[in-house]
Amino acid sequence: MKPIDELWVYLATNPLLHLTLTLVAYLIGNRLYRRFGMNPLLNPVMIAIVILVGLLVATGTSYGQYFEGAQFVHFLLGPATVALAVPLYNQFARVRRSVGPLLAAIIMGSLSASLSAVGIAVLLGAAPEIVASIAPKSVTTPIAMGIAEQLGGLPSLTAVLVILTGVVGAMLGPPLLTLLRIRDWRARGLAIGVAAHGIGTARAMQVNEVAGAFSGLAMGLNALATAILLPLLWSWIF
Amino acid sequence: MIESLTLLLICQLVGEVLVGLFGLPVPGPVLGMLLLFIGLLIRRGVPPVMQTTATTLLSHFSLLFVPAGVGIMLHIGLLEDAWLAIGVALITSTAIAIAVTALTMLGLERLAGRQPDMDQQP
Repeated sequence: MKPIDELWVYLATNPLLHLTLTLVAYLIGNRLYRRFGMNPLLNPVMIAIVILVGLLVATGTSYGQYFEGAQFVHFLLGPATVALAVPLYNQFARVRRSVGPLLAAIIMGSLSASLSAVGIAVLLGAAPEIVASIAPKSVTTPIAMGIAEQLGGLPSLTAVLVILTGVVGAMLGPPLLTLLRIRDWRARGLAIGVAAHGIGTARAMQVNEVAGAFSGLAMGLNALATAILLPLLWSWIF
Repeated sequence: MIESLTLLLICQLVGEVLVGLFGLPVPGPVLGMLLLFIGLLIRRGVPPVMQTTATTLLSHFSLLFVPAGVGIMLHIGLLEDAWLAIGVALITSTAIAIAVTALTMLGLERLAGRQPDMDQQP
């Protein structure tokens, strides 16, 4: 038998370990989420992140080492985003019926997400590079990082804020929308997609196909709207 | 399955190439989504294999955000320093954006005299 530390060195440098851990942590999160009646507060992504960060910190593993394995899961984000065209196509009749209100709602949502975040961060005395990093936080990760760089923020901090926003939106959105008596699945999906990009869309997709399709559409159009409007507004305000 | 996966990758690849060539302000996969959508419009329907692949990939869409989310460990120090400003800004602005988006859409639908989707209530 090999000594245990030798085995550990082998496993820690092999992508298999961290790929498997990522799936196991997610399945634990999913199990807990379902066990407690799909309570949005028990978001599977959040549970998985907490488990994995705890494990990595405890074993002194770097994020780079972890990502060697996790990249295979991360890679699928691209093709899965493309696949959002399928539910969108299936719901196209509904989308076409309300193009005007839909576009107006997405632009209003885009502006209110960035401007309120910037306003609150400035009021609470956040440093300028944090304010610039927080501005595009409702936009899907790759484009949010690009916008943050343009505004003078820290793209890698933005990536984290985007994920946190997604988790907050997926947790907070459904009870908030119910509180506001919004029962239309189209509006519910649209709101979650604008505020909480892909993580919100993932959650909407699990609940209802109409909500999922509108959420995916909102995510894409919000990325476009914010990428165009925010840098313009920024040069005008600051 | 392999055909539809290949098609998804081709759409993404073409999307990335177009974004790179023209410096477009959208991510490659989002443009890929648009390309596939146009393809489905032209074809007037989703092939059953594509439907299955898309459903499978999207049923665990949230899993795909876990690796990026673990990246939070790189910024724990920064988050600790400004946790109050960041936390309050994220939570409040997300709630505001959700309310504004949903209310704008339903308000405008009502102005246009359209009924809400009654058969589609939660």
